[in-house]
Amino acid sequence: MTFRDIVPIIVLITLLAFVPVFITANTVLNFLVFTLIIALAAQGWNILGGFGGQFSFGHAAFFGTGAYAAALLQVRLGINPWIAFAIGAVAGAAVGWAIGYLSFRSGLRGSYFALVTLAFAEVLRILANAAAFTGGAAGVLIKLDVRPENFQFESRGAFFWIALALVGAVLVLTRWIERSRFGAQLVAVRENEAAAKALGVDTLRVKLGAITLSGAVTAAAGCLYAQYFLYVDASIAYGTWISVEAILAPIVGGLGTVFGPLVGAVALHGLSEITKLAAGSVPGIDLMVFGGLLVAAVAFAPEGILGLLRRSAQAKGAARHA
Amino acid sequence: MLEVQNATKRFGGLVAVNQASLKAAAGAITGLIGPNGAGKTTLFTLISGFEKPSEGRVLFEGQDISRDEPHVRARRGIARTFQIVQPFAGLSVLENIAVGAHLRHAKRSDAMARAERVGQRVGLGPELEKSASSLTVAGRKRLELARALATEPKLLLLDEVLAGLNPSEIRDIIPVIRAIRDEGVTILMIEHVMQAVMNLCEQVYVLAQGRIIAEGPPADVCDDPKVIEAYLGAGAAERLKREKIHA
Repeated sequence: MTFRDIVPIIVLITLLAFVPVFITANTVLNFLVFTLIIALAAQGWNILGGFGGQFSFGHAAFFGTGAYAAALLQVRLGINPWIAFAIGAVAGAAVGWAIGYLSFRSGLRGSYFALVTLAFAEVLRILANAAAFTGGAAGVLIKLDVRPENFQFESRGAFFWIALALVGAVLVLTRWIERSRFGAQLVAVRENEAAAKALGVDTLRVKLGAITLSGAVTAAAGCLYAQYFLYVDASIAYGTWISVEAILAPIVGGLGTVFGPLVGAVALHGLSEITKLAAGSVPGIDLMVFGGLLVAAVAFAPEGILGLLRRSAQAKGAARHA
Repeated sequence: MLEVQNATKRFGGLVAVNQASLKAAAGAITGLIGPNGAGKTTLFTLISGFEKPSEGRVLFEGQDISRDEPHVRARRGIARTFQIVQPFAGLSVLENIAVGAHLRHAKRSDAMARAERVGQRVGLGPELEKSASSLTVAGRKRLELARALATEPKLLLLDEVLAGLNPSEIRDIIPVIRAIRDEGVTILMIEHVMQAVMNLCEQVYVLAQGRIIAEGPPADVCDDPKVIEAYLGAGAAERLKREKIHA
């Protein structure tokens, strides 16, 4: 990876960093932070699903682990939230490795892998809902104590910047994957596992690496969620909603691309907010838009919004040459 | 270089390979022929590690590799092509070859440079930037060859790389295979195209119903009555000889 590879990322993140300077409305910032958290979770999914072709339906397992780790470590054990955040991401990596080891070692792939990840997430949700340590169905409340060293901020802008920095860091990570041997082998596994093996790719190790990274990134999104909303319960942390969000954003934005998850998350949530504003009195209208957009993406833009843009750019280029 | 000792592979009650032994001498091209369903590809999967033998051993450079995983064997220097081509369809031709090149080159720029050289060599030069899925059958066969070659193997296992090619395409690719051998790569090839077998192979093994029934230089093997009968049925050798006398 060279510096030139990350120039577009630096430009984009720098531009976005100015948003809180111009927009100070809390509702808008709320929306933006939430969208960035979703984008981060989706970036995690994209490493495993987009690049590695291993479609997980249970990324809630990682998101929830991150959220609960961040919350419980500070509430129950009094650990500093910043450190709890880091441990949360590591815990997500560990859960990723464990789920990967169990399912990839037994050769699960395709829909079987998807179902097993779904099952793991559900098991964790039920456990978290039942155990006393996690606060059971009542969930965990993080005490309001607004100090920067406490990972709590007066302004939502600060939170926006932290979320943005994390998204930027993962953009760089994803670009590195795209340009590295690990990435080439991961994509080879996605395209044809037998051929990859014949070319000396240790497919188990590559898939484990991917699910571990993926788990860490999505768990970081979970930590951020807990820290922002200061509350988690089982149906938020381990709920299927986040598994679905993490899949939809990359599919709509562009599977296996660096910017796909971010573009998808912004497009999906931007549109659903707009429809909510436009048709405020109709409950669930935003979900219908969600579904419609997914159908449209799968039917007309299988390479996502980014693929669509690239194709239209190519068509324009061709027209100019003609 | 490679030695298979009494390898047997059973799939349930079916014995696909039965006590087969063969040797591929370093620096030579060895052929493996036989009628359809004889177990040639199964024998190849035992050598490349995609299946483990039920009995017997596979030795590579004197070491027993019978239990090694495919990627470990690739690192040791065994590369295979697939009879049914297995391109990474979503990638470009160059990227396909680069996956093979990455085995010995960690840096992307090194792997890409290596992939480009290999691509040129097997005659894929003009196609390098195209999508692998846009290649013709002949192109895909070349791609199989290029990817395997990019891993810088000592032993190259070619599973019917000429099948499905027309005579002029076969004529084009035979010198490529010979050039690979001339650079010191040992080759073991499954082939139905007898023109190529006669042209390229120093030693030929004939597999029928899972057993090696003949071995030797290609010209001798083709005259072997056991081989003729394996292809044409019992009594065929006798009948052919009679017809030759009467003619």
